[in-house]
Formats: sequence, structure tokens, C-alpha cells
Amino acid sequence: MYKSLADAIRDAESRGVSLATVALEAEAADGGRTIADIRDALTRALHIMRGAITQGENPALRPESGLVGGDAAKMISGPPGPLAGTLFRDVLMRALAVQEVNACMGVIVAAPTAGGAGVLPAVLTGIALAKNISDEKVVDALATAGLIGAVVAERASLSGAEGGCQAETGAAAGMAAGAAVEMLGGTPTQAGHATALAQQGTLGLVCDPLGGLVELPCVFRNATGAAIALAAIEMAMAGVTFAIPVDEVIDVMGEIGKSMDVRYRETAGGGLAATPTGRRLAKERLVQIKRAGG
Amino acid sequence: MVSLLDIIGPVMVGPSSSHTAGACRLGLLARCLVGGTPQSARIELHGSFARTGEGHGTDKAIAGGLMGFRPDDERLRVALDIMDREGLDFIFEKTTLGEDNDVHPNTVRITVTRDDRTAVMQGSSLGAGRVLVTQIDGYPVEVTGNLNTIVLVAEDVKGSVARIATLLADAALNIATLRLSRKQRGGDAFMVIELDEQPGEGVRDTIRALPWVRWAFRLDKVGAA
Repeated sequence: MYKSLADAIRDAESRGVSLATVALEAEAADGGRTIADIRDALTRALHIMRGAITQGENPALRPESGLVGGDAAKMISGPPGPLAGTLFRDVLMRALAVQEVNACMGVIVAAPTAGGAGVLPAVLTGIALAKNISDEKVVDALATAGLIGAVVAERASLSGAEGGCQAETGAAAGMAAGAAVEMLGGTPTQAGHATALAQQGTLGLVCDPLGGLVELPCVFRNATGAAIALAAIEMAMAGVTFAIPVDEVIDVMGEIGKSMDVRYRETAGGGLAATPTGRRLAKERLVQIKRAGG
Repeated sequence: MVSLLDIIGPVMVGPSSSHTAGACRLGLLARCLVGGTPQSARIELHGSFARTGEGHGTDKAIAGGLMGFRPDDERLRVALDIMDREGLDFIFEKTTLGEDNDVHPNTVRITVTRDDRTAVMQGSSLGAGRVLVTQIDGYPVEVTGNLNTIVLVAEDVKGSVARIATLLADAALNIATLRLSRKQRGGDAFMVIELDEQPGEGVRDTIRALPWVRWAFRLDKVGAA
């Protein structure tokens, strides 16, 4: 698999093919699977992503802790805002839905991680529905997203415990942005700019879940991560470029993660988790989980 | 090497790929060391596993993995209840396994016992559900669980690699990778063999019965797909 997006972009453009194509070829060359097998696995992932979104639309869905839940349903039937009826509102709903299902120990696709699992399905399936894009193209986009995530894993990190939330919802936003741009007909170079634009907007983002539960702020941070991805997609499709090359943006994300205090890396020692209300809620909810015998 | 399907996956029960899916995979690997569900286990959680494990269901995921549940098995949600019902004695402890810079923040040491077999495994959850077993019975190893793996420690005798390779070929097992290391000439040789197919317990028993093999373990593939 590629260790540099610049290399992948160069290979794709010199041959006049997509990032999805070079990603699938690299994965097949790494061993064991044919491109058809890999596409089958990605197709299954897409079905599970859509299943999680449907489950998450249920207003009665609540995790054991009771910290989050029911917000995806509000995006469907709650009062309108300035973006009512748009792709933007639908994508926010989808991101919340997947993450609420995740909090309930439901089945999701960790892409790249469970904590950041809402962004990619929300952005890709939301755009695919609005723009009438075929499942085949969405599966290609998943391959592109996988390539971007693999490069991030190699150069930086995909773990909140190592790199903060910039390595989870931030990386997810970068993956979704690059993949969606290609799905919408953008070039590999434009996809690279989209990834850089999304990742730069999440640099320094800490991982600070209340009580260490992947609920608050994770559910909402997937929605805002998806919003950043949409912003990056819109800019990149318009021809906006980012001056720092995408590989360097990814590298610096890793460096920031390494120098991040341990309080901000999934330990519930800092950030929102350490606010007076954050501490109180976490204490109440953990007691509740224990009482429930969980 | 990172696989695209590790990034778009695994399909798993939430809420955390490192704290739930990765933890489950470490439980599945530890279970292999004693050839099935251990009757008792001591699970020592380090770092972020210790600090935030309960909220992420890390305890449920490791217990589920030890009982053979995979990361996408919805029974993980009630794994501790099943453990109690089955009369299994899994004990969870919070500990420090080393300095923050030396030990990955999501690390666990699991001591498993089944009938007359006991083994100790240390492993880390690296993010996105990927894991790395770093120690077995005190020996440093690198096992990812992405392929079926046999690890063994043998006396440094001539022809040992050929003998093991023949034995695996006779069992119709194809070697994907083989790493050999030893601390000094004539010292213990350490082999980590990754296989395309799944070896049975019989293969492990045969290897273990060789007079110059000190110990051997079999770890099944616990990959996402």
C-alpha cells in the first residue's frame, strides 16, 4: 500500500486512472485477494454503513449511559434551520445516526475507527443520494478513502489515544473529503487538496470523551467533522488549492499528536471530560452502567 | 503494512475500534494459546485501557474474545453476563506495565489457564482495530493476528528450519512469512511463522513434541474479514 498520497496521485494521473484504481491495485498486489474480492468486502461495508444509519434514525435509541441519543431523529423531524431540506442537514443526521448506534454497542464499520465511524458513511451516502451516484462509484470512493487512511496510519496515527481526535474524526474528514471529490468527478490532485483542506481544519483537535465513553463529544464531533469534510469538498471542487502538500499536513498531524499532553489523548483527563459538568456527568453515568450490571 | 480493508473496517460492535474491537482480537489471540476458552484468566490493563476501559466496554470485549466471540458479535454487549453464567473466572486489574514511552497506551497482559495449560500474553491495540502481540511467556514476539501464526522457541540445532518447513508442508500448510532470530550462536532460536491456511492443534502438538523445541504456540487469524 502507498505510504505517500503524492506518489499515489502521481501514479494515477500519469496513467489517467483514479486513486480508487491505484488503491485497489496496490491492495491486491500486497497479497491474498483479488480486486473483485476487495470490492466485495467494501460493498459489504457500504451495506453495513447504510444499516447503521437506518438504525440510528430511531428516536428511541439510547445507550446504557443515557449520555447521548435521539439527536439524529431530531435532524429529521425537528424544527428547520437555515439549511433545512439540504444535503448538509442530511449529512449531519447521518453522522449522528451512525455514532449513536456505535455508542449503543451496535454494529458499525470502523472507518477508520469506531470513534470516527460516522463521518465517511454520512458524507459518501449523503452525497450519493443527493446526486444520484451509483453504488459502484461509492465503493470506489471507499477504496480511495481506504488509501488515504492507510497513508495517515503509516505517516501519523489513527488512534485517539496516540494522536487525539485529529487522528480519528480529523482523519475521517480527510478521507471523506478526498474520496467524495473523486466520486464527484474531481481529479486525484483535487482529491489531495480536499484531504489537506479537511485535515488542516482539524489540526490540534483533542480527544476528550466524558468518562472515556465514545459518546460525548464524539457523536457531535462526527457531525462537525462531516461538516468540515463538506466544506473541504466544496472548496476543492471549486478549484481551491492548499499550499502545504497533503503528505506534509498528515505528517504534522502526527507530530502534533505526539506532543499532545496525555490528558488530551482519550484518557478523560482533560478537555471537555475535565470540565465540572463533564466530570459530574461521567461519574453519574458510570455508576448507572455498573448498576445496570453492564 | 497497512491494508485498505483494515482502514475501511473492521465491521464491529461499538463503541471503540481500539478499546472494543482491538481488545476483542487480543482476547481471541490469548484464547489460542491454551487451545480454547480458558476457565480462568487474569487480565491486567495498562494506560488508556486501565483509565477508560470500562466505559468503552474493553472488559466485555476481552472477556468475549476469550470466549471466542468475534468483534462483530452482538453478544459482546452481554459478554460479562455470559462469562458469569458459564462459571468462568476472569479477573480484571488495573496496572502499569512500563513507562509511557516504552509501552503502548492501549496494552493488556492476559494470563490464561485451561485445564493443565497456562500462558501469558502481552499485546497492544494500535488503533483502527489493529493489534500487535509483543510478548508470549516473556519472549518478545511480533504477531499481528492478520494471518494464522505459529511461534516457537527451539534450541539452535542445524536443520531446524528445514524440519519445521517439511512438517508444515506435510500438513498442506503454505508458509507466507518466516522470521528467525536468536540472541547468540547456539542460543535459543525463535521462529514466527505466518501461514496462509489454519493449522490444527495437531500441528502444534507435533512441533511441540520435537525434542529440541522448548515451546510452541498457535495463534489463529483474527483479521477483520
